[in-house]
Amino acid sequence: MDIGWFVVLSAFIFAIGAAGVLTRRSPLVILLCLELMLNAGNLALIAFSRMLGNQDGQVFALIVMVVAACEVVIGLGIIVAMYRRRLPIDVDQMNELRG
Amino acid sequence: MNPTGYGWLVLAFPLAGMLVVSLGWRVLPGRAAGWIASAAIGGAFASSIGMLLQLLDKPEESRSLVGTAYTYADTAGFRADLSILVDPLSVFMCLVVSGVSFLIHLYSLGYMTSDEGFARFFSYLNFFVFSMLLLILAANFVLLIVGWAFVGAASYLLISFWYRRSTATGAGIKAFVINVIGDVGLVIGTFLLFDGTGALDYAGVFAEAESAFGRNDGELVAACVMLLLGAFAKSAQVPLHTWLPDAMEGPTPVSALIHAATMVTAGVYLIARMHPLFELAPAAADVGAVVGAVTMLIAATIALAVTDLKRVIAYSTMSQIGYMIMGVSVAAYGAGLFHLMTHAFFKALLFMGAGSVIGAMGGVQSLDRMGGFRKAMPFTFVTFTIGALALAGFPLFSGFFSKDEILAFTLNRGGGYAVLAVVGYLAAALTAFYAFRMVFRVFFGAPVPEARELEEGHIAHADPANPATGEKEDTGVGFPGPEHHVAEKEPSMKAAMAPLALLAIVAGAMGIPGVTDTLEHFLEPTFEDSRFRETHPSEGEEWLGLIVGGAICLLGIAVAAVMYLRRPGSTARLRARLAPVHTFLENKWYFDELLTGLFVRPTAAFGRFGRTAIESVFVQGVLVGGAVSIVRAGTSFARAIQTGELRAYAFLLVAGFSGLVLYFLIVSI
Amino acid sequence: MLFEQILFFVAGLGALAGALGVVLIRNPFYSVLSLVVHLVALAVLFLLLRADFIAAAQVVVYAGAVMVLYVFVVAYVGGSDEPLGPEGGALGRIGPLFALLLLVELTIAIVGSSLTALDSTGPEVSAAFGSPGEIGRLLLTKFLLPFEAASFLLLLAAVGAVVLARKRRGLEEPEEAPGAVAVSDVVHEGGAG
Repeated sequence: MDIGWFVVLSAFIFAIGAAGVLTRRSPLVILLCLELMLNAGNLALIAFSRMLGNQDGQVFALIVMVVAACEVVIGLGIIVAMYRRRLPIDVDQMNELRG
Repeated sequence: MNPTGYGWLVLAFPLAGMLVVSLGWRVLPGRAAGWIASAAIGGAFASSIGMLLQLLDKPEESRSLVGTAYTYADTAGFRADLSILVDPLSVFMCLVVSGVSFLIHLYSLGYMTSDEGFARFFSYLNFFVFSMLLLILAANFVLLIVGWAFVGAASYLLISFWYRRSTATGAGIKAFVINVIGDVGLVIGTFLLFDGTGALDYAGVFAEAESAFGRNDGELVAACVMLLLGAFAKSAQVPLHTWLPDAMEGPTPVSALIHAATMVTAGVYLIARMHPLFELAPAAADVGAVVGAVTMLIAATIALAVTDLKRVIAYSTMSQIGYMIMGVSVAAYGAGLFHLMTHAFFKALLFMGAGSVIGAMGGVQSLDRMGGFRKAMPFTFVTFTIGALALAGFPLFSGFFSKDEILAFTLNRGGGYAVLAVVGYLAAALTAFYAFRMVFRVFFGAPVPEARELEEGHIAHADPANPATGEKEDTGVGFPGPEHHVAEKEPSMKAAMAPLALLAIVAGAMGIPGVTDTLEHFLEPTFEDSRFRETHPSEGEEWLGLIVGGAICLLGIAVAAVMYLRRPGSTARLRARLAPVHTFLENKWYFDELLTGLFVRPTAAFGRFGRTAIESVFVQGVLVGGAVSIVRAGTSFARAIQTGELRAYAFLLVAGFSGLVLYFLIVSI
Repeated sequence: MLFEQILFFVAGLGALAGALGVVLIRNPFYSVLSLVVHLVALAVLFLLLRADFIAAAQVVVYAGAVMVLYVFVVAYVGGSDEPLGPEGGALGRIGPLFALLLLVELTIAIVGSSLTALDSTGPEVSAAFGSPGEIGRLLLTKFLLPFEAASFLLLLAAVGAVVLARKRRGLEEPEEAPGAVAVSDVVHEGGAG
């Protein structure tokens, strides 16, 4: 397959992920959609790495995976903490930064 | 030391005196401030004499020296130095100014003794003398303007010396504002001259003037008229004269110094100094002559009617300066300056005598309340009368020779100038009359209570009050002191008045036509480039003029004597018969009202309009308020974005990102 | 070639289906499962692109560890079905529109790009392309700094997680074990007696 197809596919996944972030109410699902976007980025990176015949893109993708893992850890930690304090797990009701 | 060295000394002494007195008045004991200041002016006078002697040593051709201390600016065709010019004219003026100032300082030692602002007075006086000498000695227009402005400032300080009197401060402001108008004229004139000739120093301007401007060139006439504006403001000529009578609010020594001998003569000096330019632009010179003549007459008529003693003398000054301005405008330089000198002597003397009389009256200045001081104040009577005789032009006194010489010159020029000369003779008649109006009303007639008290040996005491409005005052700082001083009791006042009386009598000897022409000869080097050098009346014509003048003077004195001595009350009857005329004269030809209506009211109205319409509405409302509301709107818009909702932020992120990508897409197409 | 094409389409469809599932399914638990499907499909795509090691890491680390973590949290928090209906008002409706706009822009950018290499299947690469050995060598030589930084980041994340997951508020004194006696009490009383 042409490399271009892979990149177009990654654009689709990225757009779907963005739509999900803007649409869903539960922070858990929003984090999941964030994962989608990150994976789309990974796919694009790998595709370009193949295109250039260079493995730098793959290492980049590996590091992105590490970052995604860390971010998930912290995000889930926050959600757990929120749950413990009996706060509603609902993005629309979290607006204390209003000002 | 060469003449310019003495010239710098002449400037240094009063400056040093002013600094010492103004900085150290707290530590100086008693009346030392006065002695130091007087010594400083004495030093200036001595240096002037040194300057004179050194100048006389030189041959006549090289009697014009310039000494430069410091080049202030020298760039791109503009050169301004701190330089002084020592030539016969400036030496003459320095001698007159420093000599008369020294005597007035002595007078003030006695007159201002009990005033709380004694030291302040003397520092101001020294500052004034310094500024006047700077003006006289300047060798270029820049320094001239500096001295001119300083003199204006000094006169403001001195006129409103008794600063807690509202009439005094008002008079000071009036004088300053009118002087500033003159300053503007002077500066514009200088600029026009610089524009034409490219030089700022006298030598340069005069040398280039002939080639840069043609005869009666529009620009040159405009420049000279602007210079005249400055001269008229400083010398109190119509229509910029309204400040002079009000300036009598200042203490009498101030009136003697500034408004008799020195500041008001600055205009005469200016025209004399700029004579090459005025001769090249006869139209401007004619303006000067006409204004001088008109002022001469108007002032003389007003002096017939006013009742405040000092104001009569003030109008007399205005009138005599009119003579001088007319004189130097018709190129009678020697005569005009001769009259300047004699006038300085007898006018200062008159003011000093008036100060003595006012002291005897306990501060009252109105002629209506004075009378019969002849026996109580013999010294004052004699000196005052000598001054009045000189003013009237009594034969053989100094005023006789100087005033009538001007009129002879004017007549000799012929044409329209003959009319001016006739006006001059008419004014001379009026002068003689009002001079002796003063003498007879103050010293003759039945003695008033104050005179009787003085005869018994003590000065009358009145509650301190404003002589013009009658408001109550106290005698602290800012008001006159508690005691009044008369010449008979103060040795320093006598020491000042006596030399002036002597000079008022004998100074005429310097200009007896056909016999001596000391002054004229001395001033020749300055004026030898005048094209009117050879046009002076013959000896016979001059003597004829003198005889006519003398006759007129005697006639005037005789009429005054008859009206006041032989038939007392005749003046009251005359006043009643000519009531409208008298009111017109007493209100000073309504000049004050005219100028107030023309300039003061519209300016005040414009100021009010500015405050309400421009300031409140535009500046406060639109500019300030507008800026505030724009900031408020901006911040509330920025606040609207901070909703605190996660979804909104995410949306903004995505929207912004897609916008960015769109931009790059478009750019790459 | 044909095999690869078929595999691409299958894996691509699977990835898209998984992504749509994540976004559209209401129950968060099922969303997580949908993401797992998506991740595995993506791993297949990586294999097609000769990124062997990355594909393996994707399955083992991402799908294996991170998603398991997610499942645990979802089970703990107990995400219920989100209610249907308008979500978050106006923003919820136009959000997808902007995502669509983004998609269109990106597609235009890619399709209209002047990178001709996009139309090829890439240059010939050695057999060791994408192998763990190669990746490892790169990690320890050329990309040593990012490698160390990433490990530091992992440390930070671990510490952050511990702090976030503490039972009570902030740092407090540790509970006293029952029966424990403070030394000070003993010494004090001993002195008196």
